[in-house]
Amino acid sequence: MIPAAFEYARASSVEEASKLLKTYGEDAKVLAGGHSLIPLMRLRLAQPKALVDINGIKDLDYIKEDGSKLRFGALTRHVTIEHSAVVKQKLPILAEVASEIGDNQVRNMGTIGGVVAHADAAGDYPTIALMLDAEIVTNRRTIAAKDFFKDIFTTPLAADEIVIEVVFPVANGPHKYIKFRRRLFDWAIVGAAAQKMNGGWRIGLTNVGPTPVRAKAVEEALHTGAKPEEAAQHASDGLNPSGDLRASPEYKKHLARVLTKRAIEQAE
Amino acid sequence: MKHKVSTTVNGTRREHEVESRLLLVHYLRDVVGLTGTHIGCDTSQCGACTILVDGKAVMSCTMFAVQAEGKQLTTIEGMAKDGELHPLQQAFWDEHGLQCGYCTPGFIMAAAYLLSQNPNPTEDEIRRGLEGNLCRCTGYVNIIKSVQSAAKTMGGAKAKPAGRPAVTAGGE
Amino acid sequence: MAVSQLVGARIHRREDPRLITGHGRYTDDLPHQGVVHLVVVRSPHAHARIRSISIDAAKKAPGVLAVYTAPDFKDIIAGPATFAVAPVFAPNKLTNPPRYPIAAKEVCYQGEPVAVVIAGERGQAADGAQLVDVDYEVLPAVMDIEAAAKPGSAKVHSDQPDNIAWDTTYVPWEATEEAFKTADVVVKERILQQRLSPNPMESRVVMAEYDSFDKRLTMWLSTQNPHWIRLFVAGALGMGEQAVRVISHDVGGGFGSKISPYPEDFIVPACAKLLDRPVKYTETRTEAMQNAYAGRGQIFDVEVAAKKDGTLLGMRVTQLLDAGAYMALFSAFQTCACLMAGGAYHWNAISSRSQAVLTNKIPTDPYRGAGRPEATHVAERMMDVLALELDMDPVELRRKNFIRKEEFPYTQNFGLTIDSGDYETTMDKALKIAGYDDLRKKQKEQRKHGKLVGIGLSTWIELCGLGPGAATGPATGGVVLSESAQVKIHPAGGVSIYVGTHNHGQGNDTTHAQIAADTLGIPMEQIDIRHGDTNEGPGFGYGTYGSRSLAVGGIAILRSCNKVIEKGKQVAAHLLEAAEEDIVFDHGKFHVKGAPDKSKALGEVAFAAYGQLPAGMEQGLEAVAYFEPPNFVWPFGTHICVVEVDAETGAVDIQKYVAVDDCGNVINPMIVAGQLHGGIAQGIAQALFEEMVYDDESGQLKSATFLDYAMLTANEMPEIQLDSTVTPSPTNDLGVKGIGEAGTIASTAAVINAICDALSPLGIKHVDMPATSDRLWLQMQRARGASSNGKEARK
Repeated sequence: MIPAAFEYARASSVEEASKLLKTYGEDAKVLAGGHSLIPLMRLRLAQPKALVDINGIKDLDYIKEDGSKLRFGALTRHVTIEHSAVVKQKLPILAEVASEIGDNQVRNMGTIGGVVAHADAAGDYPTIALMLDAEIVTNRRTIAAKDFFKDIFTTPLAADEIVIEVVFPVANGPHKYIKFRRRLFDWAIVGAAAQKMNGGWRIGLTNVGPTPVRAKAVEEALHTGAKPEEAAQHASDGLNPSGDLRASPEYKKHLARVLTKRAIEQAE
Repeated sequence: MKHKVSTTVNGTRREHEVESRLLLVHYLRDVVGLTGTHIGCDTSQCGACTILVDGKAVMSCTMFAVQAEGKQLTTIEGMAKDGELHPLQQAFWDEHGLQCGYCTPGFIMAAAYLLSQNPNPTEDEIRRGLEGNLCRCTGYVNIIKSVQSAAKTMGGAKAKPAGRPAVTAGGE
Repeated sequence: MAVSQLVGARIHRREDPRLITGHGRYTDDLPHQGVVHLVVVRSPHAHARIRSISIDAAKKAPGVLAVYTAPDFKDIIAGPATFAVAPVFAPNKLTNPPRYPIAAKEVCYQGEPVAVVIAGERGQAADGAQLVDVDYEVLPAVMDIEAAAKPGSAKVHSDQPDNIAWDTTYVPWEATEEAFKTADVVVKERILQQRLSPNPMESRVVMAEYDSFDKRLTMWLSTQNPHWIRLFVAGALGMGEQAVRVISHDVGGGFGSKISPYPEDFIVPACAKLLDRPVKYTETRTEAMQNAYAGRGQIFDVEVAAKKDGTLLGMRVTQLLDAGAYMALFSAFQTCACLMAGGAYHWNAISSRSQAVLTNKIPTDPYRGAGRPEATHVAERMMDVLALELDMDPVELRRKNFIRKEEFPYTQNFGLTIDSGDYETTMDKALKIAGYDDLRKKQKEQRKHGKLVGIGLSTWIELCGLGPGAATGPATGGVVLSESAQVKIHPAGGVSIYVGTHNHGQGNDTTHAQIAADTLGIPMEQIDIRHGDTNEGPGFGYGTYGSRSLAVGGIAILRSCNKVIEKGKQVAAHLLEAAEEDIVFDHGKFHVKGAPDKSKALGEVAFAAYGQLPAGMEQGLEAVAYFEPPNFVWPFGTHICVVEVDAETGAVDIQKYVAVDDCGNVINPMIVAGQLHGGIAQGIAQALFEEMVYDDESGQLKSATFLDYAMLTANEMPEIQLDSTVTPSPTNDLGVKGIGEAGTIASTAAVINAICDALSPLGIKHVDMPATSDRLWLQMQRARGASSNGKEARK
């Protein structure tokens, strides 16, 4: 299908992008990797009046080490994160997550900023961001991940606000992300992440609710000495996932428990 | 509103005025006249439209033509040189890596990218590397063989043994 | 035929060079000057009454040339008779609602056309389509086939008496009374065949140009059978076939979904005529998912009666089929599942009944295998269900009941005669390759450790090579699916062969050339095989489906070549100054019997054939042959699948897949293997993932993208070990059978039997398709008797 007509503007700086967004108002969208937006436009489920293409902004594609933090420019592509030596060393779970997003074609285009700003419940980076207390830096402010993923496809971003950076803490202890799906290029039916950090565990879950979930009950149980298998039973505490074509709510809760157990056991 | 877009397609400079909503794949097919790149879906899942943009495999249905400004584009038509088939094309022919042929250009381009990143892939790496392309005819068996064979021809290979353990259908 | 040189060889496909270089000629690739674009406005509702359609805004939209609704086509497309070339194979037509390409008053499936918008650019047509405002009164959508079959159900069409498309009993239940009375054991199962989306990678494209001066229509479209489309379109548009040309060059897969005509096949040429401009329609994937004729969609209730020792006695099978909103042309062919449900075995008696029910969904029609995968699934599942009940090895149960090699030709319970077979040899070969005995031993060990490992067999048979008039005629009011070929030897020896079949991936251009080259004794390169243009070749071609291009079409080629050779003998006799009956044709040369040195090559004879000939001898060297097969051909084989089911998640891991198949003599083993790979992939995907899911209330298709409708990717496809046996068919000159559908027919049962075997320690006897992880988990949970409140049963 052919998308509805729109105005296209190429921004060469964050300021320009923000200004363009302000000019076009509510009906404008930011175009980064485009792999969520363009299919929706082709189906005419999204019909933005204008697209502000930020791909030409040069200084948004970077991975920087900053003491105990890793800073990812919003336009950093999945493929870059997947193969980055520094990510593999300082935050290997993110490289692994990146390597399991979509397929090569998606990873060559998709960006970390785009995934975070889109806030799809099935997105993988948001889970890691939430679980590790990452920060989302925009052209206006810095927002803690726990305050960022409000609801499905819902973030506190204003219409002319642009994600410019995602900041993760360094975490290179034992870790595992298990993305359970039918086919390799599918979204997660349920994903479970485990990361050993500062002597404790961080546990995150993907696609078990409208937002990513940090399984604190599991983290606490592990902290008080529970075995992975016992602790993982708490992974579904408080979850109320919706069913879809791939999984019933009960099955998702079950998977949350099983995958959490496996993630902890397989973390290395 | 129309936008000027200058690209290099298979080594030839192209300049056109295009509508902002024109998808890159439609630009290639309808404006440039290269119909070898096909469209198989609306939702960026089938990979039939895969081309190389600055050497990277990209779905040309998920990019607007205006975004290709200044880029080097390679399509299936640019793979054979001086009347000689690209080793991947030859391998797809030799190994019966195609049936109806509709998905084939996308597979060849995705495989070209794969081999540019990993000249000597294992069978498992080939399977994973082609996950973004759907074929309804071949069951992929001979596509995988084709890529293995091309890797050999292209000199990447003291091919690693084919060893592929269990295949998980559904699961992690 | 002559000593084979090419037949049987692994010849590379001659159609590939253009396809691997981007020079294919799929309909959407064809340039066309001045073409305008048509977008269809479709019903978003599965069932609704159209109150009004407002097209004013759309007409005014930039670039829009015309907006048409049903009344605009009144005088140009003949009435509802259009599609009602009475659906063939329908044994007993009860309700066959009239279908017009564009709905006027009532829409009966999501996606049914209500208006079309034509504009200079496709984007403009799509913009215009958004502005067409249709006022619908939503009616209840009839989605569930069991409910739809009940008296008093809401109706799919408000003006039809009920929803029963057909209801036919082939053999009444009384016939199996004795078997069930005397049986030691009776097993029953309900077996589902989910609705499937065929999904060739190329969706449909239709382009038409009408020459208003000469009153000729040319259509380019993506179809498996251009001549049938010409027949239907010419009829609907009130034109003679001589004035309608249908061209179908390269087609990006069909799998059955490009056999029957579609609304756009009539609408697009009608618009070309109305506007007097070339018009093109390019279907989107979303449209294809909603509107391509679907496959399967059936429920089988099956009972099997047997003796304690495993001897099969009787079977009772009821097929309940989801016909969709209208009866598609070949939908009733799917009833062959009832006639084939006995599989490869001896039965004293089989009773069967087929009932088809209308629903507010796109119609079902043949999809790769059509009826035969369903029959195989029924037969092969029931073998395993019975084996489990009798505590017998499924291999031994099959062995005990197989139709034996020496019994062929064997007339089975429904009067169909199986041409040839050797089921036991093929099975034994597969067992050996798979290492069956070791697998069973290993399984015993693995089970001790709680591993859910299963081994599944499918000893499939198939009826194909459609089809002998004796079988198809009575069911269709005289339709015979023979095949045609025309061979022209040009004066300088070049050969053009026109075939009535179509090539959309099967490799016919190559295998057909192999047959012709061997028969004519000339190099393949000298022969051009042409298909897909109704202005060329014989008067009618029947198309490609039902694994017929070789077993029917190939024989037509062989026979037309032989006719040409016979004519050539006359000419050669003249040139060699010998009697015609003394002329021998061998390896491309005519010579006098006993004097091989004195010969004339085919090319020399051809040259002479167009020149001066003795009085009474007609110029030219060409011939047409039609071949009506005397019987179907019956390939067979054994597939073995080994799976492990994750006891915690229900995910299925295919660990081994062995297929030993027999399709008679093989023309090109490379192509046979390719067909099997692809068929097996489709079957595995049906077994594990694929399903068209509709919303029960609204009737909206929920699995409408390649994300939700999960076909396999390279990563999920297991390694396939192929082998073969060769049991030629005695019913055709080449001894060939069909192989295009075999993989799909065989594989679902092998996979599901393996999963059932894996889960049998939990007391699970049957699993439905698709065996997705969530379904298997739920089934395991229930079997374990665990409550669903979070306490997972320990393995």
